[in-house]
Amino acid sequence: MLIKVPKSSDCHESDVTPESLYLSRRNVLGAAVAGLAVSSLPRWASAEDAARYADVEAGSAPSWFAEKLPSTKWGAVTVKDEAITPFKDATHYNNFYEFGTDKGDPAANAGSLKTEPWSVVVDGEVGKPGRYALEDFMKPYQLEERIYRLRCVEAWSMVIPWIGFPISALLNVVELTSKAKFIRFETLQDPKTMPGQRSGFALIDWPYVEGLRLDEAMNPLAILAVGMYGRELPNQNGAPLRLVVPWKYGFKSIKSIVRISLVSEQPKTTWQSIAADEYGFYANVNPAVDHPRWTQARERRLPSGLFKPNVRDTQMFNGYSDEVASLYTGLDLRKNY
Amino acid sequence: MRYPFWRVSVFIAAAVWPLLWLYQAWAGVLGPDPGKVLVDRLGLGALVLLLITLSFTPLLKLTGWAGWIAVRRQLGLWCFAYVVLHLSGYIAFILGFDWSQLGVELRKRPYIIVGVLGFLCLLALAITSNRYSQRRLGAGWKKLHRLAYGVLGLGLLHMLWIVRADLKEWAVYASIGALLLVLRLPPVARRIPRLIAKKTPSARKA
Repeated sequence: MLIKVPKSSDCHESDVTPESLYLSRRNVLGAAVAGLAVSSLPRWASAEDAARYADVEAGSAPSWFAEKLPSTKWGAVTVKDEAITPFKDATHYNNFYEFGTDKGDPAANAGSLKTEPWSVVVDGEVGKPGRYALEDFMKPYQLEERIYRLRCVEAWSMVIPWIGFPISALLNVVELTSKAKFIRFETLQDPKTMPGQRSGFALIDWPYVEGLRLDEAMNPLAILAVGMYGRELPNQNGAPLRLVVPWKYGFKSIKSIVRISLVSEQPKTTWQSIAADEYGFYANVNPAVDHPRWTQARERRLPSGLFKPNVRDTQMFNGYSDEVASLYTGLDLRKNY
Repeated sequence: MRYPFWRVSVFIAAAVWPLLWLYQAWAGVLGPDPGKVLVDRLGLGALVLLLITLSFTPLLKLTGWAGWIAVRRQLGLWCFAYVVLHLSGYIAFILGFDWSQLGVELRKRPYIIVGVLGFLCLLALAITSNRYSQRRLGAGWKKLHRLAYGVLGLGLLHMLWIVRADLKEWAVYASIGALLLVLRLPPVARRIPRLIAKKTPSARKA
């Protein structure tokens, strides 16, 4: 901890103070102080890129992210004629039960998450297992912006501009063995910084686990994201590394990943373990298959006003049928929900 | 009317929350999905009001102050009003006035069925909450209004099915509810001590 690489840390030390301002501002101070804090931040690459979208709070990007960001392929995948959800809504209406079960809890509590340093374990059926510092883990990958619909299993949805890279690129790097059939992801377990993991009444057996079939993970739409809205991921959105699988319900897109395992058996995922009749392994967005407690035929596209509710029909595979329907030919989607 | 100031205070205290929430939703403080927040808060508010209403009989026994009973009907009606708003909010903001979908939900979703049962019981209690019904139903009135305990059970079950990952909040409400019901078991109820010795005539006891 005491020895630091001068090149990267010099820049970072100066950012630590604004970070604390940023956190206390979120909880306590008003917009005036926010403006002051933002204007006092040093001007740098990510500040310019954040301006791609309106009202994006500047963060303090790790140096590896700031270095990679300028070469991002912007708008590599987009949505037609659908408005991008405002940054404020995408960052203040979250399900991230490690930080509390209310939608506002993650924004209020995730400031405690320490995303630097961060390491990712890659293990299982791979030729190159190991624990990688995130900056090393990220080195081989070209960042792309992917603007995706996000459909929550709770029947609300958003449109979010992610920054990440296809999982297929990772799978090429780690050298799969022939036994690898599934990919399993694990979220950080750290009750000290994650208040939800301290609750004695939680039904979740931490850490949070998700998984994909290998061919699903190889689909070009499936990405690992490190940023959104032209900046690094805010903590409450799953910093510093998360999964985004746009044709599946949001809970599949696991946040704050610390472990990626290639496995031969279908992994037991968190929500399956809690309520297998409600949350399946596949969790593909499907308007024809109801959740036992509510319909999935329609969704509230957020923001949805009180007197102008923005309710729309849910699309099969969340509108990504052309790209992913072939993955499931011959599979009974009613049984394999 | 006895305790006019107390009654008006309770009225204002119960009325102010939905107005505040509506204002917050209008002002954009409730986030991107204000309809859902309103529905959740109204539902929880109804449960809290029911628990408060049910705590007044034990409080009367403890303190001997008849003021508790003076506002009990009012609070019960407020609970009903919150449930009506909760239900209207659900139909407007969650279903988007899709009446055919309401039919589907009523047939297929246990937690909706339980919620509607609770609403129907409360409706029966609200309709018979006037003096005329009390006279008309005589001894049966008291029996009928024991339905409130059933409503509490239905409400808690309705909430339990909605809570998905952390039972802490639900457990708090359920324990308070259980305590209030235990206090009504005759062997327990007889032993509730009178903390304030002054004797007051109690017109009605539940």
